[in-house]
Amino acid sequence: MKALRKHGWITGLAVILALLFVATKLIQPTFGASGVESLARAALPFAFATVAQAVVVIAGGIDLSIASMMAVCSVTAAVLMEGNGGAASLGIVFLVLAMGAAMGALNGLLIVVTRVPDIVVTLAMLFVWEGVALLILNAPGGDAAEWMRGLIIGGLPIPGLGGVPRALVVLLIVVALVWVPIRRARVGLSIYAVGSDALAAFRSGVNVGRTRIVAYGLAGLFAAFGGLSLTLSTGIGEPIPGPYLLASVAAVVLGGVVLGGGKGGLLGPLIAVFILRLVRMDLTLLSVDPNVSAIIEGTIMVVVVMIGGLLAAKGKL
Amino acid sequence: MTDEAPLLEASGVEKRFGAVVALEAAALTIRRGEIVALMGANGAGKSTFVKILTGALRADGGHVRIRGADRVVGSPAEARKSGLVPVYQEPSLIPDLDVTDNLRLGGTDAAKFTRWMSELGFTEMDLAAQVATLPLATLRIIDLARALASEPDVLLLDEMTAALPTDLVEAVLRVVQQQAEAGRSVIYISHRFAEIAQVCQRAVVLRDGATVGEVPIEAGAEERIVEMMLGEAIKPGETAAQRATPAPKGAPRVAVKGLGATGKLTDVSFALHPGEVLGVVALEGQGQDELFEVLAGARKPDRGVIEVEGTARRFNHPADAIRAGLSFVPGNRADALAMQQSVRDNLALPFSARARAWGPINMRREGEAVARTIERLQIDTRAQGEVGRLSGGNQQKVTIGRWLAHGCDTLLLFDPTRGIDVRTKRQIYPLVRELAEGGASVLFYSSELEEIQLACDRCIVIFNGRVVDSMPAAEADEPRLMRAAYGLTGSAA
Repeated sequence: MKALRKHGWITGLAVILALLFVATKLIQPTFGASGVESLARAALPFAFATVAQAVVVIAGGIDLSIASMMAVCSVTAAVLMEGNGGAASLGIVFLVLAMGAAMGALNGLLIVVTRVPDIVVTLAMLFVWEGVALLILNAPGGDAAEWMRGLIIGGLPIPGLGGVPRALVVLLIVVALVWVPIRRARVGLSIYAVGSDALAAFRSGVNVGRTRIVAYGLAGLFAAFGGLSLTLSTGIGEPIPGPYLLASVAAVVLGGVVLGGGKGGLLGPLIAVFILRLVRMDLTLLSVDPNVSAIIEGTIMVVVVMIGGLLAAKGKL
Repeated sequence: MTDEAPLLEASGVEKRFGAVVALEAAALTIRRGEIVALMGANGAGKSTFVKILTGALRADGGHVRIRGADRVVGSPAEARKSGLVPVYQEPSLIPDLDVTDNLRLGGTDAAKFTRWMSELGFTEMDLAAQVATLPLATLRIIDLARALASEPDVLLLDEMTAALPTDLVEAVLRVVQQQAEAGRSVIYISHRFAEIAQVCQRAVVLRDGATVGEVPIEAGAEERIVEMMLGEAIKPGETAAQRATPAPKGAPRVAVKGLGATGKLTDVSFALHPGEVLGVVALEGQGQDELFEVLAGARKPDRGVIEVEGTARRFNHPADAIRAGLSFVPGNRADALAMQQSVRDNLALPFSARARAWGPINMRREGEAVARTIERLQIDTRAQGEVGRLSGGNQQKVTIGRWLAHGCDTLLLFDPTRGIDVRTKRQIYPLVRELAEGGASVLFYSSELEEIQLACDRCIVIFNGRVVDSMPAAEADEPRLMRAAYGLTGSAA
């Protein structure tokens, strides 16, 4: 019961997600394993973008360049994989991941060294990475290794559960492998500390600048995973950034991460990604005008965050 | 022992913030086993000096030697490695983390921490408690225990006791003495002579950013230190007995009857007359916070009546209280000031913030009143541009001065001199008296008992949410107030 209260926000999100699945099934009785699979695959880049944003927001910052970094990583992978479909593609993946982490760390470094506000630096880098992506590939193209595409497409038969979408498995494994060790270590604590109160963290002996750079570097790494997932799910590289930036901020907020920093985790935002995707899918299935559905999505976000705030104020969360 | 190099030796330390020179020649030497007081008026540079010694700020010049070796302490983490551990004036704990995580962050040994906590009287500290939910006094103690757990050679305590109730002050002083007995050293910053006389061997005095001298703590040291701090002999403040104010007559301006509110306020009644300063005395957390919040309209009472000029009033919002003429000066200066605005704008705030003041502001009237007040307040105007850059004492003068400029009926002062030096305090009491002589009623909560005689006409003592005693200020000597504040006069009265 205590654990339930402590994770009240996540429990609430999980309930909403479950209700949405029920609603989807009611709207579209044929919705089943393949529907879940395509949902998970479509949500994958959004999920990585959201996780990237969440880490930075927890550290008390914001990264506007996430979608652009994803584009850079996506086209780099697509260009390099053209004609290198075999084992070499594994090396390419690691190269792209390292590149993403470096791009993110550069964002952080600029913020720490120049002392220009994060929102300004990452806005500038949004344009820079956008340009870089177009220089690498000026129109959608390139290729993706077939065997690697197989990793995120389709279902993974797990006894008792049926076909679990591979995309979901990949997402959970990646996030767990990267985040759990960090969260347990002092650097994870430092990320929360810097986001909560940078001055107090400094006085507690935390290296604030280095922590910020690590947080942005992690965001770059997750953005690289996002870019790779784009290339792998579509089979080509796309130099124009998709709608991932604002979607990531929306899911981070809905997921219970406080925009001021220091509070929240990655699980909430991940569930929030699926909630937002499902809402959109349901509205499409109901053939609601896309413009109206945008209004509905925005309204849902404000209402959910508001209800959460009210419950928290009453001490129920 | 004198052959050994001092643990810490600083000389000629300089620090500038823009145009403001915070330190120009700060110096201090401390040897093993010593407890040294660092004293100075507000704005003299004590906190800046401590921050430089512990790496939270970079000095612009000067030397720091640790155990005889020249050092530049780059960060608090480096300072800790050299054995210099501070407890700053503001809590340095991360509000969103629990106590355990805060300890892990600084690499503090939890077992040692717990031992120090129980040494300080917190035997059953919940390490899973989130810091943001803990009261300020507990945070100060956690900060101290964390510092002690790292076994510092030099412990630097900046106004450690300012926000603590008496029993915790005693515990802190006991621990400080233990440090010295164990051959460690403590640099102790406080405005309270009683504490310094109890534990320190000598006092290093700062004035306007420079070390002006050292005084061994012995009989009569207090006068010398104050002289050094101020650079001139000060006359003791006028006390209530000397003032001989006539007993209040006529109808009270504010009458409070049987007031109670959720939390610690049970049943408080008193009358506040025009031209009167009514002192409120209470130990930490006896309901005084709630009382002031209710009077300021920030908290709704459960029962009781507030009458203003004979009419019962209900405050649903601070604006209601302000409209009824009750102006609140919170204990936390940051709550009352627009820190990034100028002194002038802060003083002028009540002129433009009045509910009825629609339309253009009468700039000339405002300008004159504000200029007069700045003159009157003797505010150091080097940092005029931003109130946030003024020292604490000067900020407090602004929060009170704005009502002097604007005029007010009833002023609610909540511990206005907390953490403020003697000189500024003695400038604040006449301000309060002046407001009262101008016809204002002042309710004055103070955590320092001597202030009742220095600033008030009458006083009430609150214990456990009730008024347990009231007396003219002339009779309010410290023993009587103390007994009442601990609830010991309830049966006698």
